[in-house]
Amino acid sequence: MKDEIRNILRDHARLAAAIDSIGDDTDLYQAGMTSHASVNVMLALEGLLDIEFPDRMLRRSVFESISAIDRAVEELLASR
Amino acid sequence: MVTSTLDRPDRLTAAHAPPKISLLDRARRVAIETARIHADDVDKQARFPREAIEALRKEHLLSAGIPRELGGGGADIVELGTICEALAQECAATGMIYAMHVIQVACIVRHHANAPFFGAFLRDICERQLLLASVTSEVGVGGETRTSIAAVVREAGRYTVEKNATTISYGAEADALLLTARASANAAPGDQVLVLLCSGEYSLEKKSNWDTLGMRGTCSPAFHVRASGPDDRILPVPFATISSETMVPYSHILWSSAWLGIATSALARARAFVRMQARSKPGAVPPGALRLAEASSQLQLMSNNVYEVADEWHRLTIRPDAEHDDALSSIALALKMNNLKIATSQLVVDIVNRALSICGIHGYRNDSTFAVGRHLRDAHSAALMVANDRIYNNNASLLLVLKDD
Repeated sequence: MKDEIRNILRDHARLAAAIDSIGDDTDLYQAGMTSHASVNVMLALEGLLDIEFPDRMLRRSVFESISAIDRAVEELLASR
Repeated sequence: MVTSTLDRPDRLTAAHAPPKISLLDRARRVAIETARIHADDVDKQARFPREAIEALRKEHLLSAGIPRELGGGGADIVELGTICEALAQECAATGMIYAMHVIQVACIVRHHANAPFFGAFLRDICERQLLLASVTSEVGVGGETRTSIAAVVREAGRYTVEKNATTISYGAEADALLLTARASANAAPGDQVLVLLCSGEYSLEKKSNWDTLGMRGTCSPAFHVRASGPDDRILPVPFATISSETMVPYSHILWSSAWLGIATSALARARAFVRMQARSKPGAVPPGALRLAEASSQLQLMSNNVYEVADEWHRLTIRPDAEHDDALSSIALALKMNNLKIATSQLVVDIVNRALSICGIHGYRNDSTFAVGRHLRDAHSAALMVANDRIYNNNASLLLVLKDD
């Protein structure tokens, strides 16, 4: 799943650095992802995995790292 | 009206105990006894409303938003809004300067994370009634405050920063500045910190004049800022957090409160005009009365919008817990805050226009007691202070992911 998240981040997060240099716990906002870009990341994940992030998950902390996104996605996939 | 927290017994030392009357009463006194008298001159000369700001200092109102245990007035957002509204009724520039100062103070109060320097600085604001200004704008970022080009450089316990600001409201008159910049020379544009530039630790080079349609007394030209000081001046929380949890919500609520003051004042003149007409022909309802009834309904819409959102913010922040924290950082609330700004910035122009049409030539003349020209020019700044289209664009993208569940 983290590879899929990385692909989406590469296409939509507009990070300043190459995606390979981003660790699982790197702060994505510090790496250059804007809140606008995070919306696109969320939409791409929803489209790819056929999930919906509920409003309670629409928070900065949920998208702050690859690990955090992975936890949220796994939770949504498990409850499907 | 809002119940004042000042009615509670005062626990302050006599040294900086504020006068015993309520914050709002003190603000009304400043508005009526000082701001009103100088408002036209401030507007005409495009000069800083120094008399009104000095009166606010004397009334200890520059520390109204600081907790009482630090020596401040302990006012909540709703009370702060009523003060902005009261001041703006007499002089919009004074009301807006006060709002902007209060927003800066709130950023420190809510995000200094018990850092000793900032605790001492907040006490200093109370004792010396310091005026804070904001340096969030920058040449080259296209008006996007969440992006910086300027970067803070930290070395051996000190910081240095240089920034080309497109506008710093009352920059030349402030006692200290809060400046946004990237966290380091290598940081991404959105990885920002907020730095307090203390007196003696910065210089300003004025780069433009301030000759505008309205809000002329805010004196907001472009400046080149150079600063250097101990690095404990950098707030310990990322600006991203400060922006979304304090600067944006406080700005939208307090700016809206100031605009409400402008609208209220213009409509008060229209009401006085219609009453005068009615008295001259008892028995006949004056032609402007119907327009006044319409405008009064718009004013209530505006006022309810401001106070409903301010109240909600107050409820969510008064007792911090996990549930409230979630609500505070929710997209639904961000959307509501943005909608408040868009709606009130449009309503203020609409209401002042209605007041102008009611007063007719008497409203159009600058030398009439029913003049609303200054109100109209000041009101037009509202849609530009963070352009409404930018906010609509943000909302458009927020609505793509909001589910209303």
